[in-house]
Amino acid sequence: MHIPDGFLSPSVALPLWGVSAGIGGYALRRVSRELTERETPVIGVVAAGIFAAQMLNFPIAGGTSGHLIGTALATLLFGPWVAILIMTCVLSLQALIFQDGGLIALGANIFNMGILGALVAYAIDQTLRGIWGDRRWARTAAAFLAGWAAVVMGALATGLELALSGLVPANVVLPAMGGIHALIGVVEGLITVSAVTFLRTVRGELMVERPVAGRVPLWVAGLALTLLLTLLAPLASSDPDGLERVAEDLGFIQAARPPAFELLPDYTIPGLSNRSLAVILAGILGALMAFGLVIVLLLGWRSRQRERVSNSKT
Amino acid sequence: MSLLIEAEGLVYIYPDGHPALQGVSLRIQRGEKIALVGPNGAGKSTLLLVLGGLLRPTAGILRVEGEEVGNGDPRRLRAKAGLVFQDPDDQLFSPTVFDDVAFGPIYQGLPEWEVRERVHRALEAVGMAWAASRISHHLSVGEKKRVAIATVLALRPELMLLDEPTAGLDPRGRRELIRLLHRLPQTMLVATHDMRLVAELFPRVIVMDQGRIVADGPAHQILRDEALLEAHGLEPP
Amino acid sequence: MNATHFHFHDPYQPLDSPVHRLDPRVKLILALGFILTATLLPVGAWLSYALLGAAAWMTAHLSGLGIRNVLRRSVLALPFVLAALPVVFTAPGPSWLTLSLGPWQIPVRVEGVIRFLSVLLKSWLSLQIAVILVGTTAFPDLLAAMRAMGVPRFLVMTFGLMWRYLFLLVDEAIRMLRAREARSIAPEVPGHRVGGTLAWRAQVTGRMVGTLFLRTLERGERIYMAMVARGYDGEVRMLPMPPLSGPDRALLAGGLLFLIGILLLGWVSRALFL
Repeated sequence: MHIPDGFLSPSVALPLWGVSAGIGGYALRRVSRELTERETPVIGVVAAGIFAAQMLNFPIAGGTSGHLIGTALATLLFGPWVAILIMTCVLSLQALIFQDGGLIALGANIFNMGILGALVAYAIDQTLRGIWGDRRWARTAAAFLAGWAAVVMGALATGLELALSGLVPANVVLPAMGGIHALIGVVEGLITVSAVTFLRTVRGELMVERPVAGRVPLWVAGLALTLLLTLLAPLASSDPDGLERVAEDLGFIQAARPPAFELLPDYTIPGLSNRSLAVILAGILGALMAFGLVIVLLLGWRSRQRERVSNSKT
Repeated sequence: MSLLIEAEGLVYIYPDGHPALQGVSLRIQRGEKIALVGPNGAGKSTLLLVLGGLLRPTAGILRVEGEEVGNGDPRRLRAKAGLVFQDPDDQLFSPTVFDDVAFGPIYQGLPEWEVRERVHRALEAVGMAWAASRISHHLSVGEKKRVAIATVLALRPELMLLDEPTAGLDPRGRRELIRLLHRLPQTMLVATHDMRLVAELFPRVIVMDQGRIVADGPAHQILRDEALLEAHGLEPP
Repeated sequence: MNATHFHFHDPYQPLDSPVHRLDPRVKLILALGFILTATLLPVGAWLSYALLGAAAWMTAHLSGLGIRNVLRRSVLALPFVLAALPVVFTAPGPSWLTLSLGPWQIPVRVEGVIRFLSVLLKSWLSLQIAVILVGTTAFPDLLAAMRAMGVPRFLVMTFGLMWRYLFLLVDEAIRMLRAREARSIAPEVPGHRVGGTLAWRAQVTGRMVGTLFLRTLERGERIYMAMVARGYDGEVRMLPMPPLSGPDRALLAGGLLFLIGILLLGWVSRALFL
């Protein structure tokens, strides 16, 4: 999901740089005002910790392995602004030193994985705990879904950006990214839940319980973004030409249709309707399966966890 | 000799309720080299943090050169005392050795030339002048320990507080460090488990256990008192 | 989101070369300018791509890193290119040839191939220059350059702390992974399920993440103490940077002009051809 340089068209990458720099700068001011001087140096170390935690991979199946991204975890632990700052640092260093993601694409990557992830995780955690009350299982479910949604929404945003850049049709990239990350998100959600639960058990005082709906504007923003992406993604998938047209009108796609080719009649791909339909169906099926898996795993995990807490002291 | 630091009935209770210091009184004269020994959890590190002005005592009085340090401003204490932490990776938090040694002088508000001068002198004093542009991460443990001492020397403190300076060093690193401590003219209070180091370097020994000072006297007396040492989980050198 | 974070070592190569000696501010600005130029170039500006490539390869050669070394490292991050592959089939315009895949006839579009190759080249060029930048500039120098470019000091300090403890914490993470491996039984019996369910494995990993976090926070506290002991008061202070030397300024100006020239060439030639 770390987009390299060269993939996004300038009219997508540069405005997102601006957006991320603006929000990052605001987060910076917010954080340096809200945190005590005691906590400020800790941010750098925690960012390194997230970076290192991403190394803790574990086998899923067939040679693939999963690992944490950490945006949701950071949000649940430190609140959205600190999380945005931490993820900005993590993603910047990954881009600069390890070429994980590009430098001009950094704005987009920070937006997708840092800003969007933190806002979505925050909104979901707040909403669910608001609905269900601050009970143990509610916190667990909220943490899981926060982790899951942060990943899926980030992936959808990535897909949209690639589609807006005229690289991949939305009806291909959105179901693909959404479907794959619906599964990857399960891993993120599970790790987030166990890490948060562990930290709450071992060092309860560390977990500053975020009061429900503590920051209403943020919560609204996160929820709005979540809803927007959930609605926009299927919309764009079912009408990729619409998205492309919008992108062209806004000048997102450079050279999408050079004059020489414009003389030709509008294109048709044989079997397009069937193919895109199949992809959409696969995407929907994947998402449904992922949701089912989530529920099954969550139930199994909760009953298992009760046994394990009694006979293991980590 | 003149009185540098005086503590009376220091108490420190951690936020979780653990009482680390339970009435510690001591006086440190200028130029003294004192070893602070005792089992783990005796309160040695806490005492160093309180004397270094990093933790505010829950109760008790602290005087620097006869003047009481109020609860308001521990900075006076920090200006006098330099603390060398046990793990040099905590002490060396900057990317390069130079940045780290310069950190203190920069925060003292010194002009650039003096910062550079102090960094150079401090690194020279610990024999690490060659490493100024090195990256801290790449140094050996012994080198890190010496740079950690330089970060404090650059502040020109009157009292140096060292926590386990020889921990984790191989025999040669340990030997070099002892030689370095021997050379430094500053007043020193050194928390350690290394009883051979104590015997070699320190005329005065303070024994702590369970947050209290249980013995304070000349090294040759205390190190010979096997009953005392054994009662507090220590071994004679 | 890929699991390729294992190329973990400081990419800086401590050599002595004209590129290494160049002021880090000049290097950072030129590298960013290079990548920006690559991003802004139109699709199919082959001559401009070639000129950028020549500049990158010349720098790689001058830096002593070696062209081959830079190429090898720049290929590592290319798998993402697969994400751009669909454009070959879905771009508008005439098809170039048609692939037969069983019952399907998939047209390969001229415009799609042009766009795909353009993205591939832009991305590859950007990667090469990034590899050269971090290969020839020690991270503390990059930090100084960032500060000179107006990155907020607090962020610079945070980057510095992060980089300082990154390798330490990664070592810790690797030790934890080894400890987990040493304790987990992995019988090589086919069909035998290893290490419990996915949820259980995720939980173990979550606890490891939690443990790592605890250690991280505790270390953060101790570092804060060490900073306060030396006068830290919440404000970030650093020594001023010396001004750029004459030759450095000239090189910076020349480099930027070169990049602007390439950009103009790319757009002008496109306008002429169409």
